[in-house]
Amino acid sequence: MRELLKTRVAEMLREGRVDGVVGLIESHGEPLPYLFTADDTAALERISTGELQGRLAELIPGVVRYPLGKILTAVARKHPDKRFGVMCRACDERVVFGLFQNLQLDPDKVEILGLPCKEELARACSCPAPAPRSAIVDQPSREAWDRADLERIDAMALDERFAFWVEELGRCIKCYGCRNACPVCFCDVCTLQDDGLVKKGEIPAELPAFQLTRAWHMVGRCVDCGLCQEACPMDIPIRTIYRKVRSIVGELFDYFPGERDGGKSPLEQLGDGSFPIQ
Amino acid sequence: MRYETIPTTCSYCGCGCEVLLQVLDGELIGVLPSKASPINEGSLCIKGWNLHEFVVSERRLRKPMLRKGGSLVETSWEEALDEVAGRLAKIKSESGPDSIAALSSAKCTNEENYLMQRFVRAAIGTNNVDHCARL
Ligand code: SF4
Ligand code: SF4
Ligand code: SF4
Repeated sequence: MRELLKTRVAEMLREGRVDGVVGLIESHGEPLPYLFTADDTAALERISTGELQGRLAELIPGVVRYPLGKILTAVARKHPDKRFGVMCRACDERVVFGLFQNLQLDPDKVEILGLPCKEELARACSCPAPAPRSAIVDQPSREAWDRADLERIDAMALDERFAFWVEELGRCIKCYGCRNACPVCFCDVCTLQDDGLVKKGEIPAELPAFQLTRAWHMVGRCVDCGLCQEACPMDIPIRTIYRKVRSIVGELFDYFPGERDGGKSPLEQLGDGSFPIQ
Repeated sequence: MRYETIPTTCSYCGCGCEVLLQVLDGELIGVLPSKASPINEGSLCIKGWNLHEFVVSERRLRKPMLRKGGSLVETSWEEALDEVAGRLAKIKSESGPDSIAALSSAKCTNEENYLMQRFVRAAIGTNNVDHCARL
């Protein structure tokens, strides 16, 4: 897979189809986010798919994932005329589609290099759809979303559920890691830093303003990539909240952010959708 | 057009979380927690996430400052070091070495911190030395 990825990236850069490719490079003994460019072909020899090597592979399960879609957005904002390739697992691809839908990236300027995930990895990630649409190689895969957590919480009586969340969310140290890691949290001004809503310097955040604000903002936006969960130092099951939000949007509007590379979020339409907001 | 991430260690406390400094066209734009670090496993606290801010902060001191007539004014290294050395020597001779204490910083290198404690113990003659990372 790595060899094929390398060949494809080299091709894109050589043919001038793109000006840069956002991906991972093996450096300092670990895979790090990097922008590959045509004038830097030596770097391509160290391109990585996120697998860890040696002792680290024993210590840290699965592959290393970074918010590549978010990084691409930052680079593309600074260089709006350039064209980019981006290495994507299926979760990253949903991110990029989600960023197209939210007008943060221009689909005409982005080419996706999709890496399908093996079943074992998909299970470890509880992945809803492990096969990218733009995969560079075909690989059969099936949904590995484990709904047990969501079902267990849904089955709780209201007061029990409330107590559960008060306990879980009460551990939040307001590191803002969930917001910072989230590729679809792209706002220039973030409500979570509004002093009237979330008091600066107070821990835990007043329940439930912080968490529910973020959950609310993920309506029609969360693509279920799980990066927020990986960033949470307190192991709060935040992804479960956003999954609930995502499934409600899906039920009501038949809309799953990031699952197709077009269309607008129901929140960006007026009435029956015949007056789309520009 | 260039984007890269540079791994280093968070300088805010003694935990040793690994951070990746994000550099876009030579400009430090942010921090990511290392996903491959067994120490912090892809997480950071709020200080680590904002580690880049002090580097590029407008409020960062760029020249030595000396308090003259009640207000801080920019000065030369020569004058600043003479002033510090002279005052330390005076305090030590008048009130003894234990009247002096030094506070070092986690934002320095290990070697600079070693030098600091060495200076305090050997040149000043006191064990009054500590650092900002004692959380
Ligand atoms: S799973 Fe988390 S990080 Fe990913 S889009 Fe949803 S809220 Fe953002
Ligand atoms: S939490 Fe809300 S306001 Fe803050 S960046 Fe995310 S979507 Fe934007
Ligand atoms: S990542 Fe976890 S601890 Fe940090 S702000 Fe989000 S929920 Fe709170």
